[in-house]
Amino acid sequence: PLPSAPLQDIRNTVGNIPMEWYQDFPHIGYNLEGKKIYKPIRNKDELDMFLEKMENPDYWRTVQDKMTGADIKLTDEQVDLVHRLQKGQFGDVHFNPYEPAVDFFTHEVMIHPVTNRPADKRSFTPSLIEKEKVSKLVHAIKMGWIKPRKPKDDTPTYYDLWAHEDPNSVLGRHKMHVPAPKMKLPGHEESYNPPPEYLLSEEEKLAWEQQEPAERKLNFVPQQYRCLRAVPAYTRFIHERFERCLDLYLCPRQRKMRVNVDPEDLIPKLPKPRDLQPFPTTQALVYRGHTSLVRCLSISPSGQWLVSGSDDCTVRFWEVCTARCMKTLPVGGVVKSIAWNPNPTVCLVAVCVEQSVLLVNPCLGDKLLYGATDQLLESYVAPEEERVQPVQWVTATMEEHSKGVRLVVQHSKAVKQVTWHGKGDYFASVVSDNSNMQVLIHQTSKRWSQNPFRKSKGLVQCVLFHPIRPYFFVATQRYVRVYNLLKQELTKKLMTNCKWVSSMAIHPGGDNIICGSYDSKLAWFDLDLSTRPYQLLRPGGAAGQGGCGAALRVGVAAFVGVTLGVPRGGSPSPALTCLLHHSDLLQNPLLVPVKVLKGHVMTLDLGVLDVLFHPTQPWVFSSGADGTVRLYT
Amino acid sequence: AVTRRLCILKGIYPHEPKHKKKVNKGSTAARTFYLLKDIKFLLHEPIVNKFREYKVFVRKLRKAYGKSEWSTVDRLKDNKPSYKLDHIVKERYPTFIDALRDLDDALSMCFLFSTFPRTGKCHVQTIQLCRRLAVEFLNYVIASRSLRKVFLSIKGIYYQAEVLGQPVTWITPYTFAHDHPTDVDYRVMATFTEFYTTLLGFVNFRLYHSLNLLYPPKINSQADVELKPAEGKEYAMDSESYLEKLSSLSASLARVVAPTHEDEVEMDEFPVEGETAEQMDARKKEQEALEKHKKLFEGLRFFLNREVPREPLAFIIRCFGGQVSWDKSLCIGATYDVSDPSITHQIVDRPRVEQQVVGRYYLQPQWVFDSVNAKLCLPVADYFPGMLLPPHLSPFVTEQEGDYIPPEKRKLLAMQRGENPDEESEEEEEEEEEDENDKEEEEEEEDESEKEEEMKLKKMEEQKTQSNKALPVKVTAGKLRLEDKQRLEQEQQSEEKRLAIMMMKKREKYLYKKIMFGKKRKVREANKLAAKRKAHDSAMKEEKKKSKKARRS
Repeated sequence: PLPSAPLQDIRNTVGNIPMEWYQDFPHIGYNLEGKKIYKPIRNKDELDMFLEKMENPDYWRTVQDKMTGADIKLTDEQVDLVHRLQKGQFGDVHFNPYEPAVDFFTHEVMIHPVTNRPADKRSFTPSLIEKEKVSKLVHAIKMGWIKPRKPKDDTPTYYDLWAHEDPNSVLGRHKMHVPAPKMKLPGHEESYNPPPEYLLSEEEKLAWEQQEPAERKLNFVPQQYRCLRAVPAYTRFIHERFERCLDLYLCPRQRKMRVNVDPEDLIPKLPKPRDLQPFPTTQALVYRGHTSLVRCLSISPSGQWLVSGSDDCTVRFWEVCTARCMKTLPVGGVVKSIAWNPNPTVCLVAVCVEQSVLLVNPCLGDKLLYGATDQLLESYVAPEEERVQPVQWVTATMEEHSKGVRLVVQHSKAVKQVTWHGKGDYFASVVSDNSNMQVLIHQTSKRWSQNPFRKSKGLVQCVLFHPIRPYFFVATQRYVRVYNLLKQELTKKLMTNCKWVSSMAIHPGGDNIICGSYDSKLAWFDLDLSTRPYQLLRPGGAAGQGGCGAALRVGVAAFVGVTLGVPRGGSPSPALTCLLHHSDLLQNPLLVPVKVLKGHVMTLDLGVLDVLFHPTQPWVFSSGADGTVRLYT
Repeated sequence: AVTRRLCILKGIYPHEPKHKKKVNKGSTAARTFYLLKDIKFLLHEPIVNKFREYKVFVRKLRKAYGKSEWSTVDRLKDNKPSYKLDHIVKERYPTFIDALRDLDDALSMCFLFSTFPRTGKCHVQTIQLCRRLAVEFLNYVIASRSLRKVFLSIKGIYYQAEVLGQPVTWITPYTFAHDHPTDVDYRVMATFTEFYTTLLGFVNFRLYHSLNLLYPPKINSQADVELKPAEGKEYAMDSESYLEKLSSLSASLARVVAPTHEDEVEMDEFPVEGETAEQMDARKKEQEALEKHKKLFEGLRFFLNREVPREPLAFIIRCFGGQVSWDKSLCIGATYDVSDPSITHQIVDRPRVEQQVVGRYYLQPQWVFDSVNAKLCLPVADYFPGMLLPPHLSPFVTEQEGDYIPPEKRKLLAMQRGENPDEESEEEEEEEEEDENDKEEEEEEEDESEKEEEMKLKKMEEQKTQSNKALPVKVTAGKLRLEDKQRLEQEQQSEEKRLAIMMMKKREKYLYKKIMFGKKRKVREANKLAAKRKAHDSAMKEEKKKSKKARRS
């Protein structure tokens, strides 16, 4: 509140104080007599106010004086003043803001100076500072520090850049250039209104969300909108363009040759199995009788008799054609290996039982023949001087003799394998030991044994005589060593490329060897060629633990090999695969699988344990863990 | 940062070394490798000096600002160094066709940048330039009628044009404000855009000249006169209205030489050696189909309601010879009014139209897109406002044998062949089902063949063992065993194949297994889609039945 004119202040005795202090009182201050000065009575209600507003013509120019509480009617001058102030004009009516300007100094040049002050010296001597500045600029221009304004470039921004395409401009760079692959064009699923099958179901959506963004097949979730108006902006649009930019300049480019192969062309063209007959196709006979797994098989050279050794501590002799068990020989131990003498004039079977090798005369077939064998054994005359032998040759007792056992070769350790020489006089046995005593060669007629090796070259898995020439094969875990027995030297060392050799078989012709291994590989060597496998086969597939056996046989113009089906963890029944070796004079030799033979039942996680070919017929015998021997014809 | 820009501008990319260990000091950790000769190539680039100059310029300018030496600032700004990318464009694309081949990314980027807001993120000039170049390109496509395919995806709208025999595909976002992501480096994008604008400018120039059009484009004077009186008042600035008019895509462009009808003289036919008459015929037919496709909307007059996206629709319709207009208040360049009786199609994107004018179709925008992709004007009944639209299919998918083909596509293909789809649709569906069943059966057969064999063997064995056991032999009448010869043969063949696979070499086996796995996966996916569709269709049928019943009761 401004201090107002003294005339108006007559009734205000409280001075310039905030009036709200008297708000709740009926008076404002006191007069000279000390009596209260009452405010004018203001008891108008809304209706009175309204009536006054409507009836009083001066209502609009009536204002309340806050100092006294009285209503004041503004005069015409006061209203005018308010109007002028509202318009932004000067309060004084008589003030003219637009009076003509009068220059203090005239713009015309007069003969007399305005002031009497004499001119400075600096006003007529050239300025040193300016000179310095100019010289600096000149120096800068001279030195090229300040450049003159560039002339405006008036060539058009765009012109025909490729007006003169000359082929020389295509440089080596362009030929080496790997153009960036174009972005993938959208499929049906990217449509704003895709066919319903492209929409993700709930589970698919969940799976999509759980995937890593880099792994997702689609980088968006297909969606359906009823109309074009409902389609929202794609939030990752800028991201996608940016990622494309990054790909263009940061992603290494490489020309990838896409394999455009018809998968059928990859399958090797093998001769049809039908053309390679005969080979065993169906299971013909089952030889039952063993109560435990049948570990080993052997057949007489005539092909009439079969002998099998089993974990139930017996050796059984069978007639091949009738599946009849001719004879059972309890041997009092697990039979690890069994071998029939390949010499047709000698009727003798070598059986590995624990620490000894039994030489058994089965007394089957021609009486003359087995009688001659007995005579041959009995004709042995002990030499004068006892020689030191690694094993003991013991003649069988009467009881054993009646059963057929003729001789017992007692080793110091358990024997795992026995094999005959082709002539039928010598046989070799493998002892599970890791000294140099692992392999022993025995001569039956002289009852004489010797240890051919001075040093151990690793754990011997199996040994084999060459059918014709004086060679001896010793398979350790990873290598097969070929020794010349005449010269007594190592002739070859074959690398099998397998982890652990389990078995070995030789072609009767003597120039091909097959090695089976526990990692279900089959290495096929041609002895005339290199020491590496001629072919490495994985008949059981990559996964599989167990052994692979092998057997070879002569056919008319071919030889047949059989791999022992690998008992695998998951396979329901073990399978035999019949491999046929096909060799033409003009062609390279070839192994062709011709048939998968099935029959054995998995017992104790083991399937087929041994396989054998019939010497004259295209037949295969197999023995399994289920206690049976089967014949496939 | 300079290296990055150089790499982007010059198109240098890393290489994957042949022996990673050899170059990476024995470790196989992921690193990017550039060729040494590429880096040397970058060093020779004259633009490196320009970049240095610019750096110096910025430093000087900052210093002048710091010292408040405004005259120096002005002087420096006058001499602001600038650089051109012409020679880089020429070097990277020695021929025009090379440039056209790489146009996809350039176009997509320009279209994206032209939708950016004029504030922040990048220079206003860049945005304007992008917009101008994009509009110019659209005008070229209209003038040459080279648009081939369009696709409405959830990401944006894809277009494919055939420019001088090269397919050029680009994507434009839907016109909404972007919410700019924070994890995107706009400097990288800006560098790319810098190069792309240069490239696109030169390409546009060349393309316009190949059609005898003026560049920078000018709107045909006759059309211009018509436009002017109406629009002159509302658009004060001439420079702005030019681009706006151009971008309305409604007017044809001025030519250097007035168009004469000689252009349409038929091409002489040059029989290519070694080409048979059939091939010639096929080519001729293709040519005719193309010509027909180009004149798809000729003679039709469209009107766009204000709720449909104007620019893409106007572009597409004009590309195929149709006439198009829109509400005058929507955009400059409207040529006729809603009430014009000659309008044949009105594009509407609302569930209902209040006042319908007799004599025109009211259609949803998808009709235009589908018609273009189908290369024929589709029946309009499915596209009336408020109808449930048929699925919008991608024109970029060409189904090979064995791929899943949605039934709508089959219908479309049949229609293109000129068959009446309604009659055959049911038959086709039935056939389809049969086919599918066959397929499934075959697969099952393959799987089961092994099992069956085993079963047979087992049975045989059992029989044998039984006969062995049952010693008191009974003689029963033998049954004639019927053997399916075909089946046997098949089994034999499959076994032969299995055995042969057994003999494959390790590497080949791996490859074979991979290929077969891929094939099987493809089949599986196709079957999955088909099954899904079947389930959906049957569900729809049931719903229909239910609703019918409800209606009846």
